[in-house]
Amino acid sequence: MSTRGLLIPALLLASALAIFAALLLGSTPMAPGRVLAALLGAAEAAERTVVWQVRLPRALAAYIVGMALGASGAALQGLLRNPLADPGVLGVSASASLGATFTLYYGFIAFSPWLLPAAAVAGAMLATILIAAAAIRTASVVTLILVGVGLSSFAGAMMSLLMNLAPNPFSLSDMINWMLGSVANRSFPDIAFSVPFIAAGMAVLYAARRGLWALTLGEEAAAGVGLDLRRQRLLIVAGAGLATGGAVAMAGAIGFIGIVAPHIVRPLVRHDPGRALLPAALLAGLILVLADIGVRLLPTDNELKLGVVAAIIGAPAFVWIAMRRRSLGMERS
Amino acid sequence: MTAPQPQTKASRAEPALEVERLCLHAGGATLVDEASLELRPGEFAALLGPNGAGKTSLLRGVLGLVPTASGRVLLRGRPLRSFSPMERARELAYLPQSRPLAWPSPVRDVVSLGRYAWGCAPARPGVEDVRAVDSALAACDLLALAQRPTDSLSGGELARVHCARAFATRAPMLLADEPVASLDPRHSLRIMELIRGHVGDGAGALVVLHEVALAARFADRLIWMRGGRIVADGPPAETLTAERIAEIYQVRAEVAGARVEMQAPL
Repeated sequence: MSTRGLLIPALLLASALAIFAALLLGSTPMAPGRVLAALLGAAEAAERTVVWQVRLPRALAAYIVGMALGASGAALQGLLRNPLADPGVLGVSASASLGATFTLYYGFIAFSPWLLPAAAVAGAMLATILIAAAAIRTASVVTLILVGVGLSSFAGAMMSLLMNLAPNPFSLSDMINWMLGSVANRSFPDIAFSVPFIAAGMAVLYAARRGLWALTLGEEAAAGVGLDLRRQRLLIVAGAGLATGGAVAMAGAIGFIGIVAPHIVRPLVRHDPGRALLPAALLAGLILVLADIGVRLLPTDNELKLGVVAAIIGAPAFVWIAMRRRSLGMERS
Repeated sequence: MTAPQPQTKASRAEPALEVERLCLHAGGATLVDEASLELRPGEFAALLGPNGAGKTSLLRGVLGLVPTASGRVLLRGRPLRSFSPMERARELAYLPQSRPLAWPSPVRDVVSLGRYAWGCAPARPGVEDVRAVDSALAACDLLALAQRPTDSLSGGELARVHCARAFATRAPMLLADEPVASLDPRHSLRIMELIRGHVGDGAGALVVLHEVALAARFADRLIWMRGGRIVADGPPAETLTAERIAEIYQVRAEVAGARVEMQAPL
């Protein structure tokens, strides 16, 4: 009981420390005292700019994106009753990227800055609906993941086609940013346009957490104990779509983090996907902040993409979980 | 359907569940054809029939999990349609045929899911929830296993966990679909005794079974289905005959009281 009670406070504390560390570290390391002074508006202008305009928005962007992806992953895993479900693996992130790039490179963004996150959310939701619909027809996890692979490939191909035809100039690095994900050069306005979607999505997922618990029994018995299955599916699709879409609008498609964080958290919350939501979100945020510190500290010529680091950590974890599942014979019938 | 009412003490109580001329179609096929039945508190009814007779479909139709073509279901005199999923779940506990557990949750948490319809939150169960779960765990002899992960249990233990989950709801009616499927004789008898005990505590039970002898031994009433229709409904002494088994299962059998010996397919 006590370890579970301490989980959230411990994660919050670690997150605060990680974000503070992100403010200290960088091309010009700053002492904790000066960072604190800059945060409070007391330091000199240059240091205030570095902390407030560069490092803090970047660290917060990484944290918020991580939270959105961690919560979406935990929720999709609960809905599909499978630890391998993740917005990246299921093609939800790629579809959101497609929506975002479409508005960006065809100039629709000129009408309203809200169109970018809205299009990303629309893309994410479309993919989530497809996955949820496929999940009703088939109990096979392999099928769902293949549907996700198909969606990802299609979204990637469409994105490169759209960008080739786009009237607005773009560079290859733009596309790589969207496909691999990065939080470099994010500003508070960038965050502000995505946060409402992410907050709404996470609130919807949190409201559906008890239903995720019921789905432990499988859909038939969950309906038997009083779960409204249609409503539950809608809530998860909408919540994961909003949160993932918002995250992609801010940082592009960052994969695997939605698998790793819930997987670590699950045994600590008695394997209840509902109770895993919040700690999985906090842990995923924490991991992304730490990964982004790594990205900034690595002495590479071109900065490494955050999504690359996430995949370097996450993809092996995905493979490991997949292989372990099979050997334990946990594949559901 | 015109069979006499069972002569048990239950027959005096008002029916808690009434099914009237229920029809269920799927993909052009008729799965359930004008099925009518009543179930009273304290009554144990076994639903018997060959594979594909419509037993599972009937249960799912009664629960409102699948759209019904015609007919109606009344719970305590109220149409099922007017119940929300949670309200219905408080009246009807359901033990489906396939019982996949997605996560290796502890036994106690799975049993607590029986309290879902009462608003039980996994982290903070209410006083009433804890009481119901404790007594269900005790009734099913699971107290020692309460903190064990469900993926470490044997098939027989797991069957008891699912029973306890259904009992913890404290619903006046239990619908169970093959609760003893793939259990050895000892565990089968154990589960049947548990359900019998639950009925003894005042619940009604409608249980799909394939073991005619087990049904005849434990149930007050046998409801026989074939081709989506209920062809007979009454106490074992009246409805269990060699002719009936030939008609229902196409099997030659010898019947002596509640003893049944299946001999050869017809």
